[in-house]
Amino acid sequence: MIQLISPRKLRKLGILGMNRRNVGYIGRYNPRGYYRLVDNKLHTKTAALERGIPTPEMYGVIEYQFQVAPMVEALFERDSFVIKPVQGSGGKGILVITGRDGDHFVKSSGAVVDADALRRHASNILAGLHSLGGRNDQAMIEALLDFDPMMARYSHEGVPDIRVIVYRGVPVMAMIRCATHASDGKANLHQGAVGVGIDIGSGRPVAAVQQGRLVTHHPDTGASFDDLQLPYWQQILELAAGCAEMCGLGYLGADIVLDRQQGPMLLELNARPGLSIQVANQEGLIGRLKIADEIADEFDTDAERIARARERFSVGRMVPLAEQAAAL
Amino acid sequence: MVASRIQIGLVAAVLILFGLGLTLYKTARLGLPLLPGESREVWTIESKVSFKPAAGPVDVALQLPQALGGWVLLDEHFASSGFGFTVEDSGGRPRANWTRQTLDHPTTLYYKIQAYRANRDGLPGFPVAVADKPRLEADQLTAMERLVEVLQETSTGPGSMARLMIQHLNREEAGPDAAFLLDSYGGSRESLMLDVLAFADIPAHRVQGIRLQDGRRRQTLSVLIEIHDGSDWQLLDPDTGEVGLPDDFFVWQRGPGTILRVVGGRDSSLEFALVNNSLPAKTVVTMEQQSDQFALLDFSIYALPVEQQGIFKGLLLVPVATFVVVILRILVGLKTSGTFMPVLIAIAFIQTTLWVGLAIFLSLVGVGLWIRSWLSHLNLLLVARVSAVVIVVILLMAVLAVVSYKLGLDQALTVTFFPAIILSWTVERMSILWEEEGGHEVLIQGTGSLIVAVLAYLVMSIPVVEHLTFNFPELLLSLLGVVLLFGKYTGYRLSELYRFREMVKQQ
Repeated sequence: MIQLISPRKLRKLGILGMNRRNVGYIGRYNPRGYYRLVDNKLHTKTAALERGIPTPEMYGVIEYQFQVAPMVEALFERDSFVIKPVQGSGGKGILVITGRDGDHFVKSSGAVVDADALRRHASNILAGLHSLGGRNDQAMIEALLDFDPMMARYSHEGVPDIRVIVYRGVPVMAMIRCATHASDGKANLHQGAVGVGIDIGSGRPVAAVQQGRLVTHHPDTGASFDDLQLPYWQQILELAAGCAEMCGLGYLGADIVLDRQQGPMLLELNARPGLSIQVANQEGLIGRLKIADEIADEFDTDAERIARARERFSVGRMVPLAEQAAAL
Repeated sequence: MVASRIQIGLVAAVLILFGLGLTLYKTARLGLPLLPGESREVWTIESKVSFKPAAGPVDVALQLPQALGGWVLLDEHFASSGFGFTVEDSGGRPRANWTRQTLDHPTTLYYKIQAYRANRDGLPGFPVAVADKPRLEADQLTAMERLVEVLQETSTGPGSMARLMIQHLNREEAGPDAAFLLDSYGGSRESLMLDVLAFADIPAHRVQGIRLQDGRRRQTLSVLIEIHDGSDWQLLDPDTGEVGLPDDFFVWQRGPGTILRVVGGRDSSLEFALVNNSLPAKTVVTMEQQSDQFALLDFSIYALPVEQQGIFKGLLLVPVATFVVVILRILVGLKTSGTFMPVLIAIAFIQTTLWVGLAIFLSLVGVGLWIRSWLSHLNLLLVARVSAVVIVVILLMAVLAVVSYKLGLDQALTVTFFPAIILSWTVERMSILWEEEGGHEVLIQGTGSLIVAVLAYLVMSIPVVEHLTFNFPELLLSLLGVVLLFGKYTGYRLSELYRFREMVKQQ
């Protein structure tokens, strides 16, 4: 017999469901016209630059097939870089080169590839292999971030990024997605990555969850999540709130990475952020979204909203959802 | 938010109530039954007389059917724009006449009837008369004499001789006499048969009519041969030799004479479009009696030409299928590949029947995926790749059709009902999904799509559903209202109750 949770219980826990997210938040606060800026990473980057929001340095864009060869030629100058589709979704089609081996390139997994592989990857991106709806796309080449060592301990191969949900300018929930061996270096929770819920108040972890189970240590690196303390927390929240204002979306997921030298940087924005952040935080979103409504009505500036959010969303002691449900 | 909710609620309520109200009105006041119940097969037969003008005045005469063999005509309708029109009685048979002084463009005239078979009667009596002996050339005569002699020697009476003759003339390897005669008759087997019967002094004539096939657009006249075996008239199928009036045969004209005569035109043709509705005869009778009084009925789907009626019969089911998609996506949360792709597959299933359709679909997509995985090594540009997949899929369809036909599996011929482009996109999407998310996700979405398609098919093939959508199209307004409400549904999906179940487990 398939076990189900009763919808009444879910509602009492304040868990946000897909339909309610789509109708009540995305449909209501995210005007269709603003999606372009979010779905296209080049537009996001340009807008971020204008507002002084830091993003990884851009090495170049491949727009047409004939540009593939010269661009790959130019990459021989670089030691490390990232090639990604401009309109990719869910981290698809991102090729990370971390070093060189003579004329060859070393991928983040340690595998060595030649220039042909880079060219093939770039053509695939142009053909729309990794893009929403398979549309023709462009490939962008960015600098590889020099990860903050603090973060590197919590990731296996992939890029550890911080996802902050910003609702009407108020940061409501955050998590770090840590790639694992089980997730094949990808940061998707349903593929086995660890989601670490982050306390909005302090920037410290609330809970860590892998495949719905609470964990205390990263399964591959063995690092304890209890020791995690995100640096630059206030800046991260300010950056996320700034992005929300920049793109005009009322319900937004901002993906932020930490660079060793330059601190928090915007990686990409998401107009349809997923729901598993609730599992990582062991808390439902609905309650927080209601409080955020009050905060947004009361305060006008980002600084005030963030300050208030840090106050209201501070988690003293995490109560696992299982216990919350049992107490109902 | 609240305002828009109320607005949608109001609009939806108005739509739902309007649809239901109209339906109730039609049932209560006009007597249209809500359930199919005990039904009669009512056939709508639309005859189309097409011709190109020649010089001079145009005179078109169409012999009208007489409703024999237990058939009852419910309604007749003529379309004769710009023509003088009369219906005459010529020797007990009604004949429609269209006339016009000049005509300068190709024209089609329509004559539509609705009929059902009240009881399975035979044909009534008919004056017995032997046709005149045909005039034949000397060599034809000898062949005819020999053929009749052989047939008479090997048969016991007029009935068995006629059947024997039909068998004889339908054989691949007809005897030399039969072959020669067939050849000299220019292949018109029925005329030869009638002449043979006349030669053997057996009273016989042709019976012209229509083979009733639901949804046929360009049916032509078929012929039966009727002989008198000394005591009774007997109908014979000139192709198979079967005796009796076939159930699917609508008699148009019994006895000699042409059905269509066009003076002042050329290239004339007579074609029939057929649609079968399973309706209580009462419904049709009601409609015939009341359509003049109630404009509502006059503006129903039944007022359309038969061809369009047939199309709408299928079209009106599509909203029901999309409704199934809405429920399964919003309430259940099934993942499908492409939102309405399952609807198109379900429509194809209606033509192919379920199991055959599933088998065809799975084999086509399976082989398509396999070939597509090879294409992906070639590193092609997207549009070229999808076109390549389209070509491959169409070739696969052709191969499947030919191979199965040779193997005697006629069902697989329905493969043509699958939309090739949709299949190709399915293959393309699935293969990208495979590369990006792995076979697991392909399985989930593929299964989801098929479940939705099968459910949509099952719902569409419920007789009540077809009856309701066709007879009460206003119910679609109610459906629209319900869909609007679903568009504002913010509750949990069934799949989420499963997804989040882990969270509340004590660890």
